[in-house]
Amino acid sequence: MKLYLKGLKAGVPIGLGYLSVSFTFGIMAVSLGFDWWQAVIISALTLTSAGQLAGIEVMVSPGGYLTMLISQLTINMRYSFMSVSLSQKVSPKFKGIKRWLLGFFMTDEIFAVASNEKTVEPKFFLGLSTLPWVGWTLGTLLGALIGNVLPPIIMASLCIAIYGMFLAIIIPPAKKSRSIFIVIVIASLLHCAFYYLPVLKEIPSGISISISAILAAALGALLFPIKRGQEEAENG
Amino acid sequence: MVDFFIYLLILSGSTYLIRAVPLALFKRTINNRFVRSFLYYIPYAVLAAMTFPAIIYSTGNIASGFVGLLVGIIFAFKKKSLTVVAIAASLGALFVELIIMLF
Repeated sequence: MKLYLKGLKAGVPIGLGYLSVSFTFGIMAVSLGFDWWQAVIISALTLTSAGQLAGIEVMVSPGGYLTMLISQLTINMRYSFMSVSLSQKVSPKFKGIKRWLLGFFMTDEIFAVASNEKTVEPKFFLGLSTLPWVGWTLGTLLGALIGNVLPPIIMASLCIAIYGMFLAIIIPPAKKSRSIFIVIVIASLLHCAFYYLPVLKEIPSGISISISAILAAALGALLFPIKRGQEEAENG
Repeated sequence: MVDFFIYLLILSGSTYLIRAVPLALFKRTINNRFVRSFLYYIPYAVLAAMTFPAIIYSTGNIASGFVGLLVGIIFAFKKKSLTVVAIAASLGALFVELIIMLF
């Protein structure tokens, strides 16, 4: 119970961030013609931002089942790296059915916070995942139902919240470690190239994020291979 | 409507599997130094690529997005919690949005 509560507490900021981001998703889904319950069910069962956005676009176009599958696999490829990464840090209790159930909650932010732990206990991970899931689902519901009531400037300002959260995750370790700092700069520059350069900018962001991140992390691994036990040292 | 549920199944099913299968089936410890290093850097790289340059366009106005980014960086640099940084960035952006609205 103590571990669950510790996780729950660590999940508060993620839950708040998701509440505001999924609020926007709810508004978008309804404006594309989905019913409120469809938006909510998508969020409750999928729990991802970029993938869901791409997903509802494929549904309305309609792009076909294969397009849906391919776009989702590319956009979400990063999750499998995160799952492998976390599989190296989980406690011996974190096995079997627990891995199958808790794997559902592997989002960027839940992963990032869980990685900060020396060893990840299943109860901690479940606690950590609870509020983000509630926030993501509830925010979608609220956005789908009452989104248009809020003043537009408040809505617009809330859209930056999730990125602020990303900064809070990556900047403190970048302060401590020059190699993490360089990897972050490379990934950012690569993705800016995908965003601004001709031809490259035609590539959907779900795919370009994966490519930029993989190249930057691979370059980091080549230039600054980590020492044994450094994982704990940097994050601790 | 049947179509919706098939799309939903592919959307949520593929997202679930890509997360759960590696976690469930990957049991041994990775000793390869390159792979360990790659996995160590990947979360930072993903979040950086997701943040830049999207953050400055996130509010729909580059000025407020840029100020939100600066405020976020300052608060993150001071090691404030995730929530505090997220709220500070939003307030920074809101401040600029208000100024634009008033003048």
